[in-house]
Amino acid sequence: MSDEHKEQGSDKERGTRTQDVVRAGTTTENAVGVRRGMFGARGSGDTSGYGGLVDPIVFPATSQRPFGGWFDEVADALEARLGDDGLEHAVERVVIHRGEITFHVRREDLPSVARLLRDDEALRFEFCSGVSGVHYPGDEGRELHAVYHLLSMTHNRRIRLEVSAPDADPHIPSIVGVYPTNDWHERETFDMFGIIFDGHPALTRILMPDDWPGHPQRKDYPLGGIPVEYKGGSIPPPDERRSYS
Amino acid sequence: MTQDVYAGSSETTQGKVFTVTGQDWDSISEDLGEGAEERVVVNMGPQHPSTHGVLRLILELEGETVKEARCGIGYLHTGIEKNMEYRTWVQGTTFCTRMDYLSPFFNEATYALGVERLLDIEDDIPEKAQVLRVLLMELNRISSHLVCIATGGMEIGALTVMTIGFRERELVLDLFELITGLRMNHAYIRPGGVAQDLPPGALDEIRDFVALMKKRLAEYAALCNANPIFKARLENVGHLDLAGCLALGLSGPPLRSTGYPWDLRKTQPYCGYETYEFDVQTWDTCDSYGRFRVRLAEMGESLKIVEQAADRLAGLEDAPVMVGDKKIAWPSQLAIGSDGMGNSLDHIRHIMGESMEALIHHFKLVTEGFRVPAGQAYVPVESPRGELGAHVVSDGGTRPFRAHFRDPSFTNLQATSVMSEGGMVADVIVAIASIDPVMGGVDR
Repeated sequence: MSDEHKEQGSDKERGTRTQDVVRAGTTTENAVGVRRGMFGARGSGDTSGYGGLVDPIVFPATSQRPFGGWFDEVADALEARLGDDGLEHAVERVVIHRGEITFHVRREDLPSVARLLRDDEALRFEFCSGVSGVHYPGDEGRELHAVYHLLSMTHNRRIRLEVSAPDADPHIPSIVGVYPTNDWHERETFDMFGIIFDGHPALTRILMPDDWPGHPQRKDYPLGGIPVEYKGGSIPPPDERRSYS
Repeated sequence: MTQDVYAGSSETTQGKVFTVTGQDWDSISEDLGEGAEERVVVNMGPQHPSTHGVLRLILELEGETVKEARCGIGYLHTGIEKNMEYRTWVQGTTFCTRMDYLSPFFNEATYALGVERLLDIEDDIPEKAQVLRVLLMELNRISSHLVCIATGGMEIGALTVMTIGFRERELVLDLFELITGLRMNHAYIRPGGVAQDLPPGALDEIRDFVALMKKRLAEYAALCNANPIFKARLENVGHLDLAGCLALGLSGPPLRSTGYPWDLRKTQPYCGYETYEFDVQTWDTCDSYGRFRVRLAEMGESLKIVEQAADRLAGLEDAPVMVGDKKIAWPSQLAIGSDGMGNSLDHIRHIMGESMEALIHHFKLVTEGFRVPAGQAYVPVESPRGELGAHVVSDGGTRPFRAHFRDPSFTNLQATSVMSEGGMVADVIVAIASIDPVMGGVDR
């Protein structure tokens, strides 16, 4: 069992990059890895052929103008105000998917963007629903994502901000100064993902014990197996069990 | 001074430590002697009957005045979000329903709505499923508010409020049991619809409950609204105005007690709430009493919605409660057999005796589950405590890549400091009770 899993390795080791397996005509800019096989079985006598499947994991593509609806109003207002402040490149790209708009923001500009979004009259995102971390081990150089959901009660609109940081440098500026509600949310994301929010007034663990090693919600966090009282057998940790991929 | 095996020394660098476990108060004051300090740090909880669950409060007191109040949480952290990443999308429902154990249907609903948005089947959900969701969510709002008012009353010594609160809640739980089979942890609202249809006779039971509850709500109002002791404990306690609520991200009754009618059921409707007639309840005192009145009035509004939902259900007999897409909908209906609830015998006969393809389909859908297109969604709902939202991320697989719950208890609990600092110790309890945190939701 464990040998099989060592074999899976990372895609880099196996010499397959996302670009090599993407169908012609599809975009790879938002690809975060590849999915292999189907039944989770490797190296066995899988005669179905499905074990050889290689499928890229591609997230929704960058949207082009016009975005439609009020999305353009928000994007225009944000762009104009960012231009005034000399932050034209703060928004890396905009993704609209399933009727929700996501602004991917350069991490160093996050506090300025958040302040603009909160204070500008045309934007007025006065309510932040907190931050949620996501760990994409396959998204090289931007493994850790922090996702903020903002709500404008004035205009009744919701947007999402997404900021990324590499595993090697897990720092993202804190926006507690703009949205005090993010105090606990940033502590939780630090606790679970190890993202260090620079400028947070007291970035300590919040859900896990203070002396806990590691950050449990990361995809590379080791999970425990369960020994069972039958001939020394054990139930493997969930991430090593055979599962559909 | 009793000996505490867990805290061997009572001399620390921070000053003398006292362990108070219900002994005579005089023994403490004797021990303090002449060098008594006015400023003491009191650790309250996590096992304390008045902290609304396993919440730990660290209070810095001067006499009986609270100088600083901080919360310690995490005592009920169970890793639900991590666990969901190793289960199928449908199984996720059974995990998230356990988070905020007083409002399970809301946890299920926001998760199911997020998954449905990613699947792009939001418009395909059958009407009956939506009405059932609304019906159960509103019944759940009543039961949750009842517990809030009941435990809040108990914590200030109003034990009758507690007994009558739990009495009525029991009636709601009976309805849950009748409709879903369970009093809590229902896993009833699932991506694509709901688990099963209404059982026979359920509508009559619901109507009986509404009729009874209308009378009982008036009793609550008569017992509490103008009760001088109740008012004296609640009024002007736990003050937080609109600006404070927005800065700290408070939603739900604390926000509405500032007079701002923000209710996602009205402002960003889901599950067809825009088609129901009800009012958003507000109060304008920004204090614990206002939050109590908002909750009490909201229960009345919920009864109105339950009535409307019951009327609609009467006209939707035998309508589907799951999406038609057989690649998403659970393959079988549940039925009561001689050994309890399980897959219906008709279905077992079909897959075991009639159709090999149906058996394969059943097996694939139950073990592998369905795939959800890559992307992320956030569909918040108005839970009894405020904005509850699931940030659902899929990488195109059969299991959630990440599910994060923005729980209103977690966010609202941050207001403990501002609501209680500068007040009396006894008012800390009232302020926290008015936030109504449920630690299962806070810690997840």
